[in-house]
Amino acid sequence: MSATLSLRDQASPTSGPLLSVQDLQVTFTRQGEESFHAVDGVSFDVHPGQTVGLVGESGCGKSVTSLAIMGLLPKRGNRVEGVATYDGVDLLSLPSKQMRDRRGRDIAMIFQDPLSSLNPVVPIGVQVTEVMERHRGLSRKEAMPKAQELLERVGIPDPKARLKNYPHQLSGGMRQRALIAMSLACSPRLLIADEPTTALDVTIQAQILALLKELVVDTGTALIMITHDLGVVAGLCDEVNVLYAGRIVERGDRHGLFGQPRHPYTHGLLSSIPRLDAPRGEQLNPIPGSVTDNLPWTSACAFAPRCPHALELCREVTPVWELEPGGRGLRCHNPMEPEEVGHE
Amino acid sequence: MGVDAYADRRKDRIDALAARSVDDSPGVSLIASAWRRLRRNPVFLLGLAITVSFVVLAVVSPWLAPYDPAANPLIDQVRPQSNPIPGPEPGFPLGADDRGRDLLSRLLVGSRQTLIVGVLATVFGLIGGLVLGTLAGALGGWVDSVVMRLVDVMLSIPSLLLAFTIGALAARPSQWTLIVAIATIQVPVFARLLRGTMLAQRHSDHVLAARALGVKPQAIVFRHMLPNAMGPVIVQATLVLAVAIIDAAALSFLGLGNPDDRQPEWGQMLGASQQYIYDHPHLAIYPALCIIVVALGFTLMGESLREALDPKSRR
Amino acid sequence: MVRFIVRRLFQMAVVLVVLSILLFAWLKALPGGPVSAILGERATPARRAALEAALGLDQPVHVQYFRFVERALHGNFGASTGVLPGEDAFQVFLIRLPATIELSFFAILLAVALGIPLGYFAARRHGSPVDSGAVILSLIGVAVPVFFTAFLLKYYVAVQWNLLPVSGRQDASLDATRVTGLFVLDGILTQEYDAAWDAVLHLILPTLALATIPFAIIFRITRASVLDTLDADFVRTAEAKGLSTRVIRGRHVLRNAMLPVVTTIGLSLGGLLAGAILTETVFSFPGIGDAIAQGYRKRDYAVLQVLILASAAIYVVINLLVDIAYAIIDPRIRTR
Repeated sequence: MSATLSLRDQASPTSGPLLSVQDLQVTFTRQGEESFHAVDGVSFDVHPGQTVGLVGESGCGKSVTSLAIMGLLPKRGNRVEGVATYDGVDLLSLPSKQMRDRRGRDIAMIFQDPLSSLNPVVPIGVQVTEVMERHRGLSRKEAMPKAQELLERVGIPDPKARLKNYPHQLSGGMRQRALIAMSLACSPRLLIADEPTTALDVTIQAQILALLKELVVDTGTALIMITHDLGVVAGLCDEVNVLYAGRIVERGDRHGLFGQPRHPYTHGLLSSIPRLDAPRGEQLNPIPGSVTDNLPWTSACAFAPRCPHALELCREVTPVWELEPGGRGLRCHNPMEPEEVGHE
Repeated sequence: MGVDAYADRRKDRIDALAARSVDDSPGVSLIASAWRRLRRNPVFLLGLAITVSFVVLAVVSPWLAPYDPAANPLIDQVRPQSNPIPGPEPGFPLGADDRGRDLLSRLLVGSRQTLIVGVLATVFGLIGGLVLGTLAGALGGWVDSVVMRLVDVMLSIPSLLLAFTIGALAARPSQWTLIVAIATIQVPVFARLLRGTMLAQRHSDHVLAARALGVKPQAIVFRHMLPNAMGPVIVQATLVLAVAIIDAAALSFLGLGNPDDRQPEWGQMLGASQQYIYDHPHLAIYPALCIIVVALGFTLMGESLREALDPKSRR
Repeated sequence: MVRFIVRRLFQMAVVLVVLSILLFAWLKALPGGPVSAILGERATPARRAALEAALGLDQPVHVQYFRFVERALHGNFGASTGVLPGEDAFQVFLIRLPATIELSFFAILLAVALGIPLGYFAARRHGSPVDSGAVILSLIGVAVPVFFTAFLLKYYVAVQWNLLPVSGRQDASLDATRVTGLFVLDGILTQEYDAAWDAVLHLILPTLALATIPFAIIFRITRASVLDTLDADFVRTAEAKGLSTRVIRGRHVLRNAMLPVVTTIGLSLGGLLAGAILTETVFSFPGIGDAIAQGYRKRDYAVLQVLILASAAIYVVINLLVDIAYAIIDPRIRTR
């Protein structure tokens, strides 16, 4: 399986991005209520084989971004604008029938809660083979041995017996492995993982992350990793995008971003993680307030009310997105200087 | 921005946060948000309008009715042979019933007895269910097993048949037979509901916390568990009121109602109209329409309440 | 699975025992006591005294109870005094049973055949005028007393427009051959198709009236269940796999959404008997429901106690079957 993938990888030119999201906007409109900009102009690229992280608190628009790319947002109650070019085709303007042909074949997705994401009354085997039946034209009989291989590949012991099992008979980690097996069934070139470890125990989290990392290397699949957990990003991602209130506020490779966070929000996220190497008695620095304390991006920086670095300017003028050499990007009026960063 | 200003801002934030956390306490926010949603829900408002008008009518109807519902001003027009029952005429917009009594007056005054039967049956059913359900849910163990078997058995008899069996025990049927019979069939429903909510709460965090703090079991049941169970109970009671009014009519139709018709009740009027139904269907249709509208009112209100209080539907 | 069935059977036995105790208590509490229950209220004092001795009413309560159970197990409930005077009460039940089975079968069939597709359709169009209209209609369906629906159907369709028969199960002049007591089936088995057709015509109105409540319930549960399932994470997973709409609806939405509906159908089957009391009375349809109503009116306690016990037992058995059916379609229970 991995062999066919790497062949395909070589066939397509590695120069251009595999997926290019330009100015994605998702607006939720509800009758009698003010419309809400869940995603407010997000742009990023994913190159073949690259792992890109989308990081932020819940409600920042990271999951909505992924659902919009997949065309999985509910049909009513929202408006999607912008462009998401995959292999030269804009996914967002694709008729739903053609998008359906691509989902699961070109782009696959892994969800947060493996128990509720699996159909409780259909055996695991069928849930794996149905993707191959749909996209690779296999019969269930032909697909079963491949499903068994896939389960084995993602580290499920006794895969033959597991094919007949129902989701409730598997442990949490096994379920997530089964979901990953399903997503890999048609060797997609892009995988979107939406908080794949959040619902799992810590030790299982590490195993699943290790598996994802291994699969990305082996198959050459590009991965969009959506998480609120910076620890996940640090071990896995080539490039990290930090989202706040529907916009990307900072971007960089993981070394640059974690070593020298420029945006006060990124800095806040990093310093709210407990560190073992911090001196005893040092307090954690949580970011005050919550994502609901926003100013509108139209005439301010949305983070200003919670920002310890906020200037008067931040409440009056929208900060613009500035790209720096080396792939760094920042949206801030008053970024942190390198010397401010570090232990306080 | 100065340091003090920043500190002030933070205080504001924390205050705002604290205010919100109070707001987030389950009871308050659930009811508040339910109300916000209900206020705009036309189905609920229609149900509420019907229900309120019905209750107001039940209270003021004796003064509103043009005639005494027991008096028979048109008795001389009732002819058992040819055309027995007088139709509408000046002063009697709906005509009279089989004994020459003003139909409109009887319908108006009938709302009161209908409400009394419905409310009393529901309240008695609720009390019975409350006792059984609370015992079972709060104590668990063998009490739970015994009570729940009893409830299962009661539920295993089709409700109307159970009401019938209870009614058959009375040597002479009366208003109270009807109320007790209907209340009895609601007891297992409320008992199951209350036991369910109690059981769910027995292992919930707030009860565990209260237990860990050494709060007495009775206090936990009455101060923590029962108040939390009230949401579903109120919803159920609203729906049961509709069922009680319909069942009262059904039992009256089958001959289990109050034979004394000086104080009219819609179900009883509907039941009594059966004899004349092919010649004078209006005698059945008017009380039936009243029952349908009122039952619909309670049902609409109950269903929209249920939807509003259901956390799953709060999208 | 076997353990599951054994446990449910045990529960069923417990329910039946408790039921027999309640029924015994009921008989004792009846105005006039069990003697009136068996002989009727107008029996001569001599016969009363004889029966009192035969029933062992001078014995302690638990002995009386065991005698009651013994008689019940032998189907010996005494003779009918009002419904079919002189006939054995248990025979009355057996004579009346097929009519109610036939009526209930068609009613539940109609309710399922309309309720599930309509519920599914309404859920797919959640919030549309079609959906709201169907919901309001189903709420009205519950608010209208069954016997009033029955009356309206009978008054307009049968009496005023003369389209369908007013009452009964079959035209007596047909003199149809009886095999099972299910008249439609009998007509087909004996190839007396005119008799089968006549039985169908007699069934239409009672079926319509009886089906309204289970239809409304099945419709609403299906709708709610499909709505819940459409929102489920695994349906989103299925969409993310790019599966065809047909597979998503069939394998993922419907198969899950039907689980609560199966339970509801079972509960509705039990509730049908309550509706049958009213419907059969309006249409003079000679089933169990009509016998119960008559038994009450004529104080025929021998017939009443058979019918109460039998109805409850039937209901309990149906619920057992539904639970087993549920376990078969839900692997979470089957494989436990």
